[in-house]
Amino acid sequence: MSHDAAGLPEGIVGHHFSSLARQNEAMVLGMWLFLATEILLFAGLFVGYSVYRYQFPLAFAEGSRHLNLTAGTLNTVVLITSSFTVAMAIHFARTDRRIAAAVCLAITILFALAFLGIKAVEYTEHFHEHALPGKFYAFEKVMIPGAAMFYTLYFLMTGLHGLHVIAGMSVLSWILWRTLQGRYSSRYHTGIELGGLYWHLVDLVWIFLYPLLYLI
Amino acid sequence: MNEFLRRLLFLPDQASTFARDLDQLHYAVILTTFGMSTLVGLTAIVFFIRYRRRSETQTTPHIEVPIWMEALFVTVPLSIFIAWFFIGYREFVRQRTPPSDAMDVYVMAKKWMWKVAYPDGPNAVNVLRVPAGRNVRLLMTSRDVIHSFYVPEFRIKQDVLPGRYTQLWFNATTPGRYQILCAEFCGAGHSIMRGEVIVLKPQEFEDWLAYQHRGVVATQDGQPTSLDFSPPLGTMVDQGKRIAAEQGCLKCHSTDGTRHIGPTWLDLYRRREKLTDGTTVVADEAYLTQSMMDPAVKVVDGFQPVMPSFQGKIAGPEVAALVEYIKSLQSDAVRTGPSEGPAYAPIRGR
Amino acid sequence: MRLSEADSHALAGAPAAPSYLEDGTTVMSWINTRDHKRIGVMFLVGVIFFFFVGGVFALLLRFKLLQPGPFFIDAISYNRLFTLHGVVMIFLFLIPSIPAAFGNFVIPLMIGARDVAFPRLNLASFYLYVIGAVIAIWGMVHGGADTGWTFYTPYSSTSPTQVAPILLGAFVLGFSSILTGLNFIVTTHTLRAPGLNWMKLPLFVWGIYATSIIQILATPVLGISLLLVTVERIGGFGLFDPARGGDPVLFQHLFWFYSHPAVYIMVLPAMGVISETVCAFCRKNIFGYRAVAYSSIGIGFVGFFTWGHHLFVAGQSTFVGGAFGLLSMFVGIFTAIKVFNWVGTMYRGAISFKTPFAYICGFLYFLVFGGMTGIALATTSLDIHWHDTYFIVAHFHFIMVGASVMAFLAALHYWFPKMFGRTYPEGWGLVAATLIILGFNATFIPQFLLGNFGMPRRYYQYPEHFQALHVASTAGATLLAFGFLIILIYLAIALKYGERSAPNPWGSKGFEWMTASPPPTHNFDVIPTITQMPHDYRTHEPSGVIRVA
Repeated sequence: MSHDAAGLPEGIVGHHFSSLARQNEAMVLGMWLFLATEILLFAGLFVGYSVYRYQFPLAFAEGSRHLNLTAGTLNTVVLITSSFTVAMAIHFARTDRRIAAAVCLAITILFALAFLGIKAVEYTEHFHEHALPGKFYAFEKVMIPGAAMFYTLYFLMTGLHGLHVIAGMSVLSWILWRTLQGRYSSRYHTGIELGGLYWHLVDLVWIFLYPLLYLI
Repeated sequence: MNEFLRRLLFLPDQASTFARDLDQLHYAVILTTFGMSTLVGLTAIVFFIRYRRRSETQTTPHIEVPIWMEALFVTVPLSIFIAWFFIGYREFVRQRTPPSDAMDVYVMAKKWMWKVAYPDGPNAVNVLRVPAGRNVRLLMTSRDVIHSFYVPEFRIKQDVLPGRYTQLWFNATTPGRYQILCAEFCGAGHSIMRGEVIVLKPQEFEDWLAYQHRGVVATQDGQPTSLDFSPPLGTMVDQGKRIAAEQGCLKCHSTDGTRHIGPTWLDLYRRREKLTDGTTVVADEAYLTQSMMDPAVKVVDGFQPVMPSFQGKIAGPEVAALVEYIKSLQSDAVRTGPSEGPAYAPIRGR
Repeated sequence: MRLSEADSHALAGAPAAPSYLEDGTTVMSWINTRDHKRIGVMFLVGVIFFFFVGGVFALLLRFKLLQPGPFFIDAISYNRLFTLHGVVMIFLFLIPSIPAAFGNFVIPLMIGARDVAFPRLNLASFYLYVIGAVIAIWGMVHGGADTGWTFYTPYSSTSPTQVAPILLGAFVLGFSSILTGLNFIVTTHTLRAPGLNWMKLPLFVWGIYATSIIQILATPVLGISLLLVTVERIGGFGLFDPARGGDPVLFQHLFWFYSHPAVYIMVLPAMGVISETVCAFCRKNIFGYRAVAYSSIGIGFVGFFTWGHHLFVAGQSTFVGGAFGLLSMFVGIFTAIKVFNWVGTMYRGAISFKTPFAYICGFLYFLVFGGMTGIALATTSLDIHWHDTYFIVAHFHFIMVGASVMAFLAALHYWFPKMFGRTYPEGWGLVAATLIILGFNATFIPQFLLGNFGMPRRYYQYPEHFQALHVASTAGATLLAFGFLIILIYLAIALKYGERSAPNPWGSKGFEWMTASPPPTHNFDVIPTITQMPHDYRTHEPSGVIRVA
């Protein structure tokens, strides 16, 4: 067992790492690489968005105007605030304030649920208006060519992002449980930091989606 | 030498103006490839014989390559590669730029046949007749999936896409029959999606064309299907006129220059139009086709994006006929301004 | 040879630690292992199995092509077979072959680590491979896809066959590949032994490192493209459907953005293997270490900017075609510099002609020929005639079979004693190598000529004048199949009855030989300190110094 891991709970440092510091380095690098793959996963959709926006500028502008801007803005605020609470959770974990960290994580998870709830309301609206992707499209207010394509991309992008919100929520719940168990402290807090990084990515993707879909 | 190498490398006959030039480059490239791989193989063998292991405990000197040698082995092959590229690319540009005096033929691919239509009348299935020694441009589209028009003897190939036009040109040198193959996988019948180019002597071609104009359905190439134009007689321009009326195009577009809901068709072809987004576009075949399929994409400045899409409502040959009709609507006024080169000039006056 | 007497004894002779093979023999001890070596062996079994599955598909195809007309199987079955041949060989064999099987086994050994950085993730990667394979097989059994492994839209979104499970299988396999790549990058960064700086890393590690970068950056784009086609098939979203304003060529761009770099996922590890084995069998340091190491990274980088050379006749603009053609030339030059350095390594070496060396020679010839035909294709105008013909088929088989599979076999023979502590029969090894190299030429040189002749690929029926060359190709494929079968048989026998090998039978100074063969579960009793470059054969001193920590 390496010298800097003495006194920590069992199983935190792998047998193949020479020190805790080295393991933290590995975990953070691994997380950043994973975030890179996530960004490239979205990149495919962003490319699709650019191509079709160039092809159907009017339809995209019109489609964007018929989205619920209030809901979108509210969701942006919700997500940015949740990024703040997750950062606070990491701060509290680092300074050994376990309960405060757990509360911040719980608030973050509630924000994530709120985000999904608002999104669900929006989706229901689209469903009633028949503003649906591809062959299901029958939205009377925007009947110009390319509008169906806008809604296809809208649903794909927000849908994939929504899945990431759900994934992020599960990760944060797991970390919440681990926090309550007392795994994170001023000496070891990599796990909670990685969860935070992932949540920031989820937030970041939305910060790109929001202007692309709702504003321009 | 040309003939010897061509047979050695199993290249098909050279039946277009491209074939011979391309084959010269082909020989150079393939022979160098053979030479280089043999050289590497031989060097390995020589080294193996010269430096085989003599004892199980043999040690070897530490040799590191001098930097100049690495540089040499980067620059020499790289200059060869880049030289090949520029020679090849020049030829590529030539193949991809149809000359302005080319005769247009419309090709429509569908599972699993090639339909051919000439601007002034006849159409055919799986048989493309062209005169020898004349530049021919094919304007191609597909009704279903991606196909690819390939004639090995001409060394030409171009994917045929649904929903948009691609073009291809060639100049056949030798009268004869050449197979058209589909080179992009398109389903169960992919391998039997074959057609034929029949290259005729120029006079024979004219005779055939004249005969087609006189002819009745029975003597035309191919069997008329529901997709064929009915009635089969009449030029594409006439068909286009009829389709324009049937589809309601003329409710919004005038043919006499008066301004209506949409831009007039008179002198539309090759006109430079200013679009709502500030850019300009030349109304060529590609633009006209696109405007029928995706009308909202490029809207002429001063008009509303109200035109519905005709995607799926009009078939490939009908689009071609409409384009030909629009091309025929030219006032005799002398056009002002410099000519906007190159390409896409229609063949008229027949 | 490279270990001093005392070190050898300390490492190999130590009876205290059982080898990883003996450390638990229950099924559970394998399927629930975190040991990179066992995971590597499980991957090896998987990829060899799928290599033979894909090989059987190939033989059936070649058998059909003996006759120009309908024969033996119908058109739909033929189309399914070539699709499955491609999918199995690429996603289930080539991509995981060298990185996931050999990379997993030797990389921690080479860098003096006890395991990869994330052992559990490594096991997860293996299970994703299994799940992906099961989904794909399920799809094959229930009809299989007939789109070709390229899944071009709009055909793939309208084909009546079972495309969705195959797409989903490939999607899951992509994630397996991402996790493996991620693990190797982190391992190389954080787990190197003391003294092992980047300029001392074995070249195989450099090769895998470059591969991993591509796996991480390109595979997600494939994932999303395949997912979009699945959504298109199931939901009719119309993203690539021209009837709904979609652009079918957009799919080709997204697909080749992954699938062109994927070619380098398949060939960079092979190049790494050759860099190791050529040194070991010539008993000499690599001619230009930096050139070989940096060119791997160079290929990985430039490989991302050449995808458009698959679309020269697909309707992209002439200028774009030219730009992609020119960029493709630079990938060629990175490969050329590697070939030069491998041949240079032989100069004044002490060459021993063992089975792996036979494959090295085959590799060099096939890589140069296959690579140069690639350069020929990138000259744009020649591609017009060759595009989607058997010339392309022969070109990429020269790289993927000629180069990658030769390197896979070289690695299999070179590391067989390392992995299992047994020796394979050298005589049979050389017989099989001869058969494979001859059979390979006989299979694919006729296909180059077929391409020249104008035979398009994916043809069930073909005009009769192509028949002679098809028969020649099928004859060659039979030889090739016999060669592979011989290897399978003698290695299976050697696994059980082969002579016990010495800890370092080749006298190699590659770092993975610093420990016993087969290695104990924890790899090293004491982590070595690296003082030399790999493959330094000036003396008999060991590359790693064992110090008591």
